[in-house]
Amino acid sequence: MKPRILALGDGALTLEFGDRIDQTLNAKVMAARDALAALNLEGITDVVPTWRSLTVHFDPLRLDRDRLAEELLHCAEAPPQESAQAMRWLIPVVFGGESGPDIAAVAQATGRSEASVIETLCATELRVFLIGFLPGFPYLGELPDWLRLPRLKSPRAAVPANSLAIAGAQAAIYPWQSPGGWHLLGRTPLRLFDVDNATRPALLAPGDAVRFTPIDHNEFERLAAAVATGEIDESEWRAK
Amino acid sequence: MIEILDAALPVSFQDGGRPGYRHLGVPLSGALDAEWLAIANALAGNPAATVALEIRLRGPRLRALRPLTLALAGEFSARIEDAAGQSRPAANWRSHALTENEVFDCGFLRSGIGYLAVHGGFDLPTVLGSRSTYARAGIGGIDGRALRAGDRIGAGAGEPPTPMRLPQPPQIGDGPLRVIAGPQREYFTDAAWAKFIDAEFTVSREADRMGLRLDGPQLEHDPTLGADIVSDGVAPGAIQVPGDGRPIVLLADCQTVGGYPKIATVIAADLPRLAHALPGHSLRFVEVDLEQALAARRRAATELTACIASILADRPFDLDALYAANLIDGVIDAQHAT
Repeated sequence: MKPRILALGDGALTLEFGDRIDQTLNAKVMAARDALAALNLEGITDVVPTWRSLTVHFDPLRLDRDRLAEELLHCAEAPPQESAQAMRWLIPVVFGGESGPDIAAVAQATGRSEASVIETLCATELRVFLIGFLPGFPYLGELPDWLRLPRLKSPRAAVPANSLAIAGAQAAIYPWQSPGGWHLLGRTPLRLFDVDNATRPALLAPGDAVRFTPIDHNEFERLAAAVATGEIDESEWRAK
Repeated sequence: MIEILDAALPVSFQDGGRPGYRHLGVPLSGALDAEWLAIANALAGNPAATVALEIRLRGPRLRALRPLTLALAGEFSARIEDAAGQSRPAANWRSHALTENEVFDCGFLRSGIGYLAVHGGFDLPTVLGSRSTYARAGIGGIDGRALRAGDRIGAGAGEPPTPMRLPQPPQIGDGPLRVIAGPQREYFTDAAWAKFIDAEFTVSREADRMGLRLDGPQLEHDPTLGADIVSDGVAPGAIQVPGDGRPIVLLADCQTVGGYPKIATVIAADLPRLAHALPGHSLRFVEVDLEQALAARRRAATELTACIASILADRPFDLDALYAANLIDGVIDAQHAT
């Protein structure tokens, strides 16, 4: 499928690369996002990447719609490369127990041990394909084939904030307590969304690379306390 | 400072919204009818996108803890009660000067939505560039929640301005809402599109700042494509159609991406009309092209400018008229003298 432009009303355009969840499509989306950012066009308010598309919200009285469409089709040709905007993160997670109540069921459903589930998850570099559903909610992928499970038959009414969860080819971390139907494997002490940080309120942004690293419960408590007091900030979690 | 005495129904603070964070999943938010917000603010002597109360059905009762000037845009039935318990009606589409301890009761709204602005704005923290309440994430306004009795909010800073009035209240447009087809028009059969354009829909009970679910004919998806897409960007005005074929018109607090095909998108110029569409309200749609949408957007901006320019000082005695009369008297006197 060739990239194409779709109208989302008179104040937004969507550059569509395809209709699947596909890492190669997402890499093109991120390349187009970076190419568009480099143009510094006046009149753009928001640029929203998804797995397969880039939606640009703009003011058509300040930026000509046809010109934007043309520029976007040029941006679509940008070669996928390591994004200048993308950051790498190493995210500490306490697995199992109360923090990850579904880990035994996931091990059983996949026919592996709990240790093997954790080891595989922590060995896999995941990409942030999209932030959506809730402010700062990252969709991460892709999981190895054998770790892909359908959602829970009955979603939980309240998933605790900071839970690491998986469903299908994707993982996510809940920035807020919310209803949720994904399998809960653990929790991170990190703050995923900080309303007081106006430059980058969400820890993770589309295109970022993420790996998880296991910690024990004591370390979780120690880090959670240090995050709460501001003793350590998010830059601690940037992968070296 | 004002004190909320009674807030029976959810009331939120809204300004021009929170653009620039949608890639991080933060909705746009902001006033559902940005034009009426601008009018309320103009009457109160504020810049157009200053934070105001957005009110549906019934507004709060509040007490002025210092002299302040507030203004109403909308069809309220407001009253002002003075310290002696005397009550007088407060007209719509004008500003009102309250003395300390006077109580302002917004009353019921005859329009779908209305705005109460106060001169100098409400003193609320800015969260990600906006003071708009976004309840789902608990941000903006007062800790992201609805107003409640006992809340005290800083308001009424600066010198009280001259009371102002709008001589000709704005008309809410009627006729079908104008839409641009897509972005997923192809997910619907031609029969579904024809129904979408021909039929009358009714706003259901499921209506809030995120969107309006419509009752009406079911819109069938093309069976080869189905009713699910891999999520892509959405915007206020987008009309998404889930598997049950019942359309949902998205509004200011909508999520940033969505997984249902969007049959069409209401143009920006008609978005304010959706703010007034309460449950039971009927809606129709008509297709326009991008040129027409852009022309409508320009026309709406021009009309809003003209509306705000027509606002007059609301003096008990029209001093300009008196001066003019005196000048004419003077001329007449002079003629008599010669």
